[in-house]
Order: sequence, then structure tokens, then C-alpha cells
Amino acid sequence: MSRNAIDTSVSDHSVSDHSVSGSSVSDTTLTTDAAAYCLQLGDDALIYAQRLGDWISRAPQIEEDMALANVGLDLLGQARELLTRAGQLDGTGRSEDELAYLRDERQFHNVHLVEQERSDFGFEMARMLWFAAYQCELYAALANSSDETIAGVAGKAVKEVDYHRDHASQWVLRLGDGTSTSYVRMKEGLERVAPYVAELFEDDAVSVAVSEAGVGTLPSSLWDSAFGHVSRVVAQATLTLPTDSTWRSRGGRQGIHSRPMGFLLAEMQHIARSHPGATW
Amino acid sequence: MDLRAAIASIPDPEVPVITIEDLGILREVLVDEPARTVMVLITPTYSGCPAMDAIRQHIEHVARRAGYAATVETRLIPAWTTDWMSASGRDKLREFGIAPPDQRSEVAAHPVGVTLTVRRVTCPLCGSTDTEEISRFGSTACKALRRCNQCREPFDEFKSF
Repeated sequence: MSRNAIDTSVSDHSVSDHSVSGSSVSDTTLTTDAAAYCLQLGDDALIYAQRLGDWISRAPQIEEDMALANVGLDLLGQARELLTRAGQLDGTGRSEDELAYLRDERQFHNVHLVEQERSDFGFEMARMLWFAAYQCELYAALANSSDETIAGVAGKAVKEVDYHRDHASQWVLRLGDGTSTSYVRMKEGLERVAPYVAELFEDDAVSVAVSEAGVGTLPSSLWDSAFGHVSRVVAQATLTLPTDSTWRSRGGRQGIHSRPMGFLLAEMQHIARSHPGATW
Repeated sequence: MDLRAAIASIPDPEVPVITIEDLGILREVLVDEPARTVMVLITPTYSGCPAMDAIRQHIEHVARRAGYAATVETRLIPAWTTDWMSASGRDKLREFGIAPPDQRSEVAAHPVGVTLTVRRVTCPLCGSTDTEEISRFGSTACKALRRCNQCREPFDEFKSF
């Protein structure tokens, strides 16, 4: 029900309000799709940033505490820009904070991969390797977006996620080609991440529309290069990628989430919701 | 000191030995004398860098003290790179004990390797190139942590970006 309410308000405003700033996106339907696209990308970055923050004081080394927090900080910065852009494009004028803190679970459009709970470090490095490999290809393509803000955010972010991808690659190499224990934990990490990977590369109505308009790119077009990088790292690390899993996650882009998502949002949003409008 | 010079000399809040001009993030200062207003364009370093808010406030403060109302806007394209850091900025970093970034443009482009990365970074304290990485991420988004095998001192490295 709440999702319907949001969709209605989006289209109402888009029709009546063309005051989209700094935009090369003008068509109303396209503007709505572009806003939804920014939400998808922004939510992926925001939710993974929140997950990575979970590692602070819990990483295997203090240096890794800093590393994971820094990766999360970069992602949070990307999310802020993308959510701000979504609020401009959809005509509601919602701020980054309203979008981050005042939406309910069904209104988030991130993939399931990023919302899964923190667990073993091997799992985290497998997740980061896949996610950063995906984001590298994504932002490289979006640097040519016809939307100036998206192109600007992507042009900067591509350098950040390249560093994340390298960080994860270094760990997968060390752990996979390390001791028998680190090998097993890295192998199990890759296996546990595998069912969530395909969802990142699935096209939907939003990505098809924005890619035709030159605003976005088709997730499926990113697969070959991302898979190429991950498989090279995994092979070099003496590991093998798991074969097709029996199930795969789906529904995140439509707002259908897995169990950990509600808990994540409760923690992330509770201050803003308990003290509405508070500033400091 | 004129307004542009005053704004250009604002120190980076995280690495106060260099100014925002040395860092290369100050892109334009457009002063409207009759209106007593100034528009300052800055290009952020890392997407999530919390120093940007502090820098924005500092610019507004300096302008206000000089009797101007400031508007600070960010420009994303082209994206900031450490190539924009001035030569004097690099010298100041080195004197402060932070290894300055490589000139990226001098580094040959290479495909992303799948081997363990080894980079050559000169120790800002003793000048030895026999240094090793302790942590790929440091106390701020823009730095990594290294150690010199010659003088045994740890030091920050401003990452090439």
C-alpha cells in the first residue's frame, strides 16, 4: 500500500512540476525512470555502506577496520549524491536525508546482496569483490550518461570503486592462496555470495528505459567484464567459482527484501525517526 | 589581502599544512564587488569526504569577515585528481612527513593486475625508497599508511587518485 502511495505522488508531481534543476532529462516518463534508477544505485551504495559500518571494531585487524569504514564512506558519499538527484528528478523535492531515513522497507530498491548480515571476513571479501567489480563497470559506463549529475558522480566514483575492487582482490588472493583454513573460509565465502550475484546484472523496466535514453546502462551489459575480473582473481587465488546455485535472490529492485533488511533499517533510521527534524 | 587570496589560503581541515588551492579543489572565485557577493566553485576530492562541509563553512566565514556574502557550489566535472595538486603543495606535504601522490600521468597505464600490488613510494623522512605498505587505507579517505624499512618510521602517503 505504501508503495502505491509513493508511486502516485511521484507521477502527480512529475506532471505538474518541471522544475528539475541541472538536468538534461526533460520527458516526464523518462524523468520518473531516471529518478527510480538513481534510487536503485543510491540504495545499493547506501545499504552496503551501512553494512560495512558494522565491521568497525570487529575486523580481523585495526587496519581493516579503517579500510572497511573508508570503503563505506566512499559509498555513502556516492549514495548522498544519487539520492539527492533522485529527489530532484522525481519532482517531490525530497532530500537525501528524507530518502534515506523516512522510507519504509518496500520503498528501497537495493539488491539483496548488500543487505545480507555481516558474517565471516571471507564472505565480506567475496561480496566486496563482486560488488566492486560490478560498480567499476557501472560507473565507467555512466561517466558518459546524458544526465550531467549522474555523469559527474560516476566519473569520480569510478576511481573510488576501482580501489575497493583492488582491495578485495588483494584479500581474495591472500586468503585463497594462503593457509588451508583461509582457503576454506574464502571458498565458503564465494559459495555463500553466489546466489546473490545474478540479481546485480538483471535488467528491469527502469534500466531498459534509462539505457535507451542514454541516461543509464543495462546491468546485463556489465556482466562480461565484471565476471572476467572476478574469475581471473579467483583462479589466481587457486579457488574455483561455484557452479550455478540451486536458488538465486530476486525482488530487491521491486522493493521485496530479505529478512535482514528490516533490522538494518531499524538501526539506520531510528534516531531520525525518534527525533523528527532534529539537527545538530 | 584580497578576497581571492584569503579564500585560496584556507587550510585543508584534515591536512592543515596545505591550502585548498594547493590541493587543487578551488576551481573559481567570482567576486561581484558592487553586490558584495562572491561565488566560489569547488570540486570535491572523495565522494564521502567529511572535510568538504568544514571547507564550505570556512569559505563562508572568511568571506563574511571580509564583508561579502558567499555562495559555495560544487562542480563535479571534471573529477578531481591528485594531478591538480600544486608543486608547492607536494613540497609542503613532504616536509610535513606525508609522501605526496605520484604524478598519475607519468605512471604508465596498465591493466588491472591480479597479483599482489607492490608500489614504490619514497620515505618523506629519510628519502629511502625501501618502504612497505602497512595499510591501504589511513586516517582519512585520501591517505594510506606505510613504513620505511631504512629509518623504521611509519608515515602517511597521500594516495594517487
